[in-house]
Amino acid sequence: MKILVCISNVPDTTSKINFKDNNTQFDTTAVQFVINPNDEFGLTRAMWFKEKSGASIDVISVGDASVEASLRKALAIGADAAIRIDTIPKDGFSVATEIAAVIKDKNYDLIIAGRESIDYNGGMVPGILAHLLGYEFINKCTALEVEGSTVKAEREIEGGKEVLSSSLPLVIGGQKGLVEEKDLKIPNMRGIMTARSKPLEVITPQGTAELSTDVTFDKPETKSDITMIPADQLDLLINHLHNDAKVI
Amino acid sequence: MSVLAFIESNNGSFKKSDLEVASYAAALAAATNTEAIALVFNSDDCSPLGTYGISKALKVSTEQFNASSYAATIEVATTQEAATVLICSSSSNSKYIAPLVAASLKAAYVPNVIALPESGTYPRNVFSNKGIAHTKVNSELSIIGIAPNTYGVHENPTQINQIDFNLVSSSSKTQSTSTETASDKISIADADIVVSAGRGLKGPENWGMIEELAQVLGAATACSKPVSDMGWRPHSEHVGQTGKPVSCNLYFAIGISGAIQHLAGVSASKTKVVINTDPEAPFFKAADYGIVGDAFEVVPQLIEKLKAFKSENS
Ligand SMILES: Cc1cc2nc3c(=O)[nH]c(=O)nc-3n(C[C@H](O)[C@H](O)[C@H](O)COP(=O)(O)OP(=O)(O)OC[C@H]3O[C@@H](n4cnc5c(N)ncnc54)[C@H](O)[C@@H]3O)c2cc1C
Repeated sequence: MKILVCISNVPDTTSKINFKDNNTQFDTTAVQFVINPNDEFGLTRAMWFKEKSGASIDVISVGDASVEASLRKALAIGADAAIRIDTIPKDGFSVATEIAAVIKDKNYDLIIAGRESIDYNGGMVPGILAHLLGYEFINKCTALEVEGSTVKAEREIEGGKEVLSSSLPLVIGGQKGLVEEKDLKIPNMRGIMTARSKPLEVITPQGTAELSTDVTFDKPETKSDITMIPADQLDLLINHLHNDAKVI
Repeated sequence: MSVLAFIESNNGSFKKSDLEVASYAAALAAATNTEAIALVFNSDDCSPLGTYGISKALKVSTEQFNASSYAATIEVATTQEAATVLICSSSSNSKYIAPLVAASLKAAYVPNVIALPESGTYPRNVFSNKGIAHTKVNSELSIIGIAPNTYGVHENPTQINQIDFNLVSSSSKTQSTSTETASDKISIADADIVVSAGRGLKGPENWGMIEELAQVLGAATACSKPVSDMGWRPHSEHVGQTGKPVSCNLYFAIGISGAIQHLAGVSASKTKVVINTDPEAPFFKAADYGIVGDAFEVVPQLIEKLKAFKSENS
């Protein structure tokens, strides 16, 4: 099985989010970038397939040279080869279109992307990619088994889950559940050393126009002050919730 | 020209998120002098949507959900009604279908929108609610996903015309074989009130009072990430940046410290109440009401007081 994992390079979850240049750009000063958590669950599931049945794993990311650290980490975890499409990502449509153009003749059986990147929260790359390639598609995928070309999967729905059957070739939008937190792999020294000699191909983008543009940014209003309630005066809380907040 | 709302319905009845989508579509249509039309799956009676400003309902019936067939049906309706904007919710099904429609119709998909457009841009949540982007659409058709419980539900009584509409079948090999939902429980996505508890509860055996509090309030239960990682609660209850997003009216955080990843996922909730022994817990900075106290003492008392309140006010 040939697997491709799409990697988004995102601010670490603890990052403070600020904007610069008159609020037109995300300010990356002092921000640590990591593999998007949803993609890391997907990569770990891909590693499971590799260990179980000898699947090959390529990873791909759209971005400038700064995303190579995340690609190298993916190689250190166990991916075989990496591809970087050398352009700053604009919207999800252009990212998916660039990826589709590069991989359309590579015949991947399974493409694993994250249900969304935790930076721009677009959640559209896997679905658009599936459509462009004519692959089957399962979003918010929380379990995935492959037998030959038959797929059994689960996806999250409101209040529960749906069990699905599908077939390869397939794109999933993955998330926690594909594997659990405890299954995530930290690269070991040997992995880090071998990653250095694994191929990382840099490809010139074809140049896709974006369908949407983030013109400016701002931050949500900060909270007004908290009202403290003494632990022995819970009637006061109920009163506030009923009369002021009007939520009970 | 028109604004088309994709409405899923829940076995024929409309959820709050459906009515929010209808309200938004109606307001947008009014602002652009066009008609608000709804494409409604599996509801015989769409008259409730008229209350929220929808003047025409295209009714589709299906046996079960199928993303590519739903997407194809939406595409036909979009073209037939010359829609320039398609509005959908943030449900799992909407987030499954919208990218497929976007790719097929070369439309910009703008998810997590929190209000009507202003000066040509849609405000939407980004960076897991830590930022807001103002997004301009460059394509002829826009697909707008509404972040739950943000625009709200607005009445606007309108005469509604109901017409049957054909489902477009699909050759997709991806098929639903079964669904499992807890029918006796309110889902986190649909709940007005969510009662969430963290590692401060010490162990799974202590969740009885959390479930009771949720029951008294008609709330869904949720938990922090370590609680689900340790197996104290099911993963489906994990909320936060890497779990489910919460955007309810009232959120109780009990024995949850308020780590940045937790807050990112729940900060869209309107009113937040924190119960924590540690007055320095970061969640107090993000909450509306705070109680410094031991959950094992405060929660049982709160349950009793809420029961008394409910019986007086019902
Ligand atoms: C990549 C990444 C992603 C993450 N995503 C998420 C996410 O999506 N959701 C999430 O929740 N976390 C997430 N986390 C974890 C997060 O950083 C915190 O570790 C986690 O939220 C802490 O959970 P907690 O508040 O239950 O536990 P703790 O931080 O241990 O807090 C327990 C709290 O309970 C209080 N307490 C103790 N006893 C009592 C008592 N008797 N009564 C009342 N209060 C009491 C304590 O004062 C403390 O504040 C993520 C972390 C990483 C690195």
